[in-house]
Amino acid sequence: MTTTEQATGGARAPTAGGRAHTALVTPDSDAASAHGVKRRKSLLDQPYALASPLILVMAFFFVGPLILTIIVSFWEYTQYSIEPAVVTTNYSDVFYGCVAKLPDLCVTFKTYLSTLKFCFIVWAVTLLLGFTLAWFIVFEVKKTSTQIALFLICTIPFWTSNVIRMMAWIPLLGRNGLVNQTLMSLGIVSEPQEWLLYSDFAVILAFIHLYTMFMMVPIVNSMLRIDPEIMEAARDAGAGIWTIALSVIAPLCRPGIVIGSIFVITIVMGDYITVGVMGGQQIASVGKTIQVQMQYLQFPIAAANAVVLLGAVLMIIFAMTRLVDVRREL
Amino acid sequence: MTDRPSRPGGLNRRKFLYGATATTALAASSNLFAPAIRAQEAVTLRYLGTAVNQSAEIAAKVKEDLGIVIEYIPVTTDEVTRRVVTQPNTFDLVDIEYMSLKNVVPTGNLKGMDTSKIKESDNITTLFTEGTIDGKAVGDQGTAPKKVIWLPGEEAKDFADEPTGFMSLIPTVYNADTLGIRPDLIGRPIESWSELLNPEFKGKASILNIPSIGIMDAALVVEALGKHQYADKGNMTREEIDLTVDTLIEAKRAGQFRALWQDFNESVNLMASGEVVIQSMWSPAVTAVRTQGIDCVYQPLKEGYRAWAAGFGLPSTAEGKKLDAAYDFINWFLSGWAGAFLNRQGYYSAVLSTAKENMEPYEWAYWMEGKPAEQDIMSPSGQLLAKAGTTRDGGSYQERLGAISCWNAVMDENVYMVRKWNEFVAS
Repeated sequence: MTTTEQATGGARAPTAGGRAHTALVTPDSDAASAHGVKRRKSLLDQPYALASPLILVMAFFFVGPLILTIIVSFWEYTQYSIEPAVVTTNYSDVFYGCVAKLPDLCVTFKTYLSTLKFCFIVWAVTLLLGFTLAWFIVFEVKKTSTQIALFLICTIPFWTSNVIRMMAWIPLLGRNGLVNQTLMSLGIVSEPQEWLLYSDFAVILAFIHLYTMFMMVPIVNSMLRIDPEIMEAARDAGAGIWTIALSVIAPLCRPGIVIGSIFVITIVMGDYITVGVMGGQQIASVGKTIQVQMQYLQFPIAAANAVVLLGAVLMIIFAMTRLVDVRREL
Repeated sequence: MTDRPSRPGGLNRRKFLYGATATTALAASSNLFAPAIRAQEAVTLRYLGTAVNQSAEIAAKVKEDLGIVIEYIPVTTDEVTRRVVTQPNTFDLVDIEYMSLKNVVPTGNLKGMDTSKIKESDNITTLFTEGTIDGKAVGDQGTAPKKVIWLPGEEAKDFADEPTGFMSLIPTVYNADTLGIRPDLIGRPIESWSELLNPEFKGKASILNIPSIGIMDAALVVEALGKHQYADKGNMTREEIDLTVDTLIEAKRAGQFRALWQDFNESVNLMASGEVVIQSMWSPAVTAVRTQGIDCVYQPLKEGYRAWAAGFGLPSTAEGKKLDAAYDFINWFLSGWAGAFLNRQGYYSAVLSTAKENMEPYEWAYWMEGKPAEQDIMSPSGQLLAKAGTTRDGGSYQERLGAISCWNAVMDENVYMVRKWNEFVAS
């Protein structure tokens, strides 16, 4: 978040960059002449040249592998070999039986449906939690030092690996776990509640625990930019707390909300570890399917699955960016 | 104690750290105190494998005996295969399962091992070379080692049916798997694989979520239920795969499984916490549950065991000093010390005669003859494994391995099987 901010900030205010190069001075550069300093035209004035290091890094580590994945997804494979070719069987295998089986759902559709269900629930809950927590830190806590302290406390769980944070739930939620013991000793239930662990509930709980932070941070960032006087003005105009939250603050936090949502949704879409550990390996996820195929050296079909997953995620992100122009709002 | 932990989590990583530390320490100390007579620099062998045989003790002993430095590369079972197929130049010696050979040998990345250079090659247990124990044939469904152990030549890409002078792998360890149960929570004898899907254990059963192995366990259940007799459980037809997986799907929908497990620690946790009372399990996981003071049995079943075996292979690029060192190491490995070390962990060694020479008679009687322990049985690292008077699950070597029903395998219809298995997980 901070980096994005800096990057855009830098682009918007060429002065910072311009000033740094005044040493190279010479005639006719717009930015330079604005300062009344003459300077020679430099390579650094070309926006593409400035962006080139990032472009190179992205090309090498992101675009390259992505193109390779797409290429491999059209290859043929056997149990022990992968042959360059252009076949679409991998894609038809991904959607094997999807049309023939209708109205029953095929494995891929089922898997995506279950993943989307998790996405939606987790998104809704983390949004609610993230917004509330951010509100508390930004508007209710008055002292900056307390704000920072509270904010840091939120990051403490991230000092351990997320697998460990997940595992920590297991003894709590198990058949003979703490929650069941407490419920039973209080006489609330007479039988151990099995739906607590290795269930959709457990998966969603772990997701929320793990990812609320990703929603909260961008929202905090957006909220910090809101002038508190706006709230006062709204209050003076007779708005209640709900009206302020929904009609004033929420729209102003839109970029934060969208960025947080992108984080949460992309993570949940690709996650297979949380689904595996908390769901008792019984709940399908797209990531898991890909992993199993990789285990058996079926790289081309795994690549095809990855491309389909990427397409699905891109569509969701595209839809969200329609709602808000993230770049402008930043 | 049996089987390989599947992932480099927990157990593996710890062993790796021990191994790495010991190797580094040795390397360091050898530089400081190297006797002047050692004219040549020590050969380093990069040893790729799962952590099963990768013990710091073995590396230390071989350094002491031969001066060869072993550099362990511990990875998962699947990763071993992937490395051999895609990066054969990154190791000098591989410890790989026989079931993977069908995927590896056709690539030509493994060198046939010249048995004339292996001193104990004639003493390798007949289970590998002929598929027999004491002259009696054992089950050979799946990728039984005898089907894939012989190669027509050093640079072969397929298998030979008859013994030749070249082996694909020199066997290291093997064992036979069965179900693990919690006798305290079940309270009655368990005798058949069919109990895994017995509705009595609804919501308290689990099965391995590694498709190629899980489906074999499921096939043993299907046979035990009397639903179908497979011609070869390790190489099913599409119809058989459908039948087997559909049986699992039906059970899953009825709520039979509490969870599926995929790594060693998961299986231990499921059992120890009482979430599950019956599941397919690996022997060291059973031991791990027991060391927590929880009663857990590696239950022999009347339909027999699902066996697995691993062995040493050489990359086709091996040559010169490294190749000689690899043969030296393998000869050393079969000469008894390492075999005894493995037997004491509950695995079985490939050359029994030399291992016996390196074990105390009471140890041999407990581990190999199925007799009650005369004294407390200790692991190689000195932990108590069994109290005096107890006997080993599954009895003697002949009883246990003689009852093998099938071997871990990779099917011809592997791609279809994986797809179908994903359907089971998604159902």
